[in-house]
Amino acid sequence: MNLSPLGLTAASLPSTVPARRVPVSSGQLLAACRVAWEDGGQLVALWLSDERDRNRGYCLRVVLQDHDGLTLLEHTMPDGDVHYPDLSLIFPAANRMQRAAFDLVGIPSDSDDQRPWLWLASWPIDQFPLRRDFAASPKWQPGQEEYAFVKVAGDGVHEIPVGPVHAGIIEPGHFRFQIVGEKVLRLEERLGYTHKGIEKRFEALPLTEGHRLAGRISGDSTVAYAWAYAQALEAIAEATIPTRAAWLRALALERERLANHLGDLGYLGNDGGFAFGLAQFSRLKEDVLRTNLAAFGHRLAMDLVVPGGVARDLAPEHAARINAECAALEREIRIVRDIYDEHAGLQDRFRTCGFVTPALAAKLGLTGMAGRASGQARDLRCDFPVAPYDSLAVRKAGSDIGDVAARVAVRFDEALESLRLIANIVKAIPGGEFHVPMPAIPEHRLGLGYVEGWRGPVLLALTSGPDGTIRRCHPHDPSWSNWPVLEHAVIGNIVPDFPLINKSFNLTYSGHDL
Amino acid sequence: MLHILRQIARTGIRTEAAPAPADEMVLVARLQEKLLHTLGRALTIRQVDAGSCNGCELEIHALGNPYYNIEGLGIKFVASPRHADLLLVTGPVSKHMAIALQRTYDATPEPKLVVAVGECGCNGGIFGESYASLGRVANVIPVDVEVPGCPPTPVALLSGILAAVTRHAPPPAPVDD
Repeated sequence: MNLSPLGLTAASLPSTVPARRVPVSSGQLLAACRVAWEDGGQLVALWLSDERDRNRGYCLRVVLQDHDGLTLLEHTMPDGDVHYPDLSLIFPAANRMQRAAFDLVGIPSDSDDQRPWLWLASWPIDQFPLRRDFAASPKWQPGQEEYAFVKVAGDGVHEIPVGPVHAGIIEPGHFRFQIVGEKVLRLEERLGYTHKGIEKRFEALPLTEGHRLAGRISGDSTVAYAWAYAQALEAIAEATIPTRAAWLRALALERERLANHLGDLGYLGNDGGFAFGLAQFSRLKEDVLRTNLAAFGHRLAMDLVVPGGVARDLAPEHAARINAECAALEREIRIVRDIYDEHAGLQDRFRTCGFVTPALAAKLGLTGMAGRASGQARDLRCDFPVAPYDSLAVRKAGSDIGDVAARVAVRFDEALESLRLIANIVKAIPGGEFHVPMPAIPEHRLGLGYVEGWRGPVLLALTSGPDGTIRRCHPHDPSWSNWPVLEHAVIGNIVPDFPLINKSFNLTYSGHDL
Repeated sequence: MLHILRQIARTGIRTEAAPAPADEMVLVARLQEKLLHTLGRALTIRQVDAGSCNGCELEIHALGNPYYNIEGLGIKFVASPRHADLLLVTGPVSKHMAIALQRTYDATPEPKLVVAVGECGCNGGIFGESYASLGRVANVIPVDVEVPGCPPTPVALLSGILAAVTRHAPPPAPVDD
């Protein structure tokens, strides 16, 4: 993205992917977003910080991504009655991010949509948890909120409210369907139910312990988040990790991707009425988790990635076990994939269901695995590879079709590619240290971590405070961009296909609600 | 169809064939025996995520895989609290989920059991209590058994469910281990 016609100058930003930071006025913010959009750039994240204690008012930070890397736009607003331009007119995904930023910091955008997003009446609406002078009161009781859902009117239209407690073993959230007969006319999501104050909690932790909380933002992406946190902290401290540690992190990340795809491929079969698929894939996933337990000491590899490297080395016998498992798993996955592909009933459910066309995906900013199934060919492991991906030549999966079948195909391709990467990693992993002590961490520095998790790119922005404290930490899940697209993917489908469409995306609630 | 049957035959019955690690499978088999003996009938579970990171949910899902085969024991996850004997609750309880959790508990018919799952369900975990989190499940509804672990393994979950059931059942006849 060329910012020089706007008269903007950029400073470099500590990060493992090419990144720069650019101070902008509100006019320049809009102009820069428009230029980015016209160049095919996407909005990654948007958040606010309270900087009044340093006499800098409030700071709005917007991260954009294009083929050159990341651009962090910083718009500082004085203390007082301030607001900033509505970016959702350019990037629709900004809508919920702006509303969430208001709920937590209390600075509004100029958008017409000022409904709360993360606030659900459990604290006073005029109190903002991420302000530095926020003090919670034990008197605040959980309340109930009247949310202004958009209703569809007309003959025979009715509503189905679902959640927050869902019928299966799923995270909580509310879905409001407007339907006629079996057909979905409109779906509106209401999230925020799992909001547990993660960003505020970060500010009470030392910098050297934040990775544990990062690893519990979304349990299914624990490696991705812990790695993103470690990247951000290591960028701030200008620390270099041993090569072996980077390879072990990638090993854990690919095993996380594999395990999640196997689990979801089973449930996608099950949601299509094919219980055989669930039995097969849940067995294969369990095999992967048991090997994780042996190799990493934890079935999900939680707390494996730590600042400075990884918490434990890979023993030769575990490397051999992983290597042997890869060949067996590949054979099994290919057998069941053939069965899925040839099963007429299952393909009837998968194909033409839950379409997101490439044009819609580009307009709404669909990202990650679901984006790749709708022609959005972005994958950090290929586009901005960090070690060891720069020497593994990751093959990018993708499709231009954008239905459930395409997302299933991309998951199969990515699971098989992860198996290839895992086998190559355990064969070629260099020796040496797996951890180095962290150097002293300078205060008031901002660093970014950016990792291609199984769902999509996970961003984590970390600011250091004095004496090894966390001043601000904003983790950002790709689900922020993809949840709104799910609302579009179900339009015109029948209600019973919603679980199938939903599972094909499998977005996180906890990672979004924070 | 032939391919499906061939794969089923090739896979075999994993629940009884005990692959490595053997210790864990022996434990599962013993637990399953005890559960069957204690229940002698169906147990229905309604799972409630009251604000977890979804790590516990992954392991609760694993209970249904062929290795643990929880449905083979007559234990079934049901879609409504009105059909449930036991609530399996993960935490920490977010303030936003407190009312929904209380209503789910109220909708479950007596006699009912509650098993709190995970470090967060047991003690609030790393999230603790805050403006947005009420911490442990027992802060919101009565809890019979707590299963620690981050997340607890499927074996620990099975043990916890067994403990909750045996606490409220007449003492079972001894089982030969």
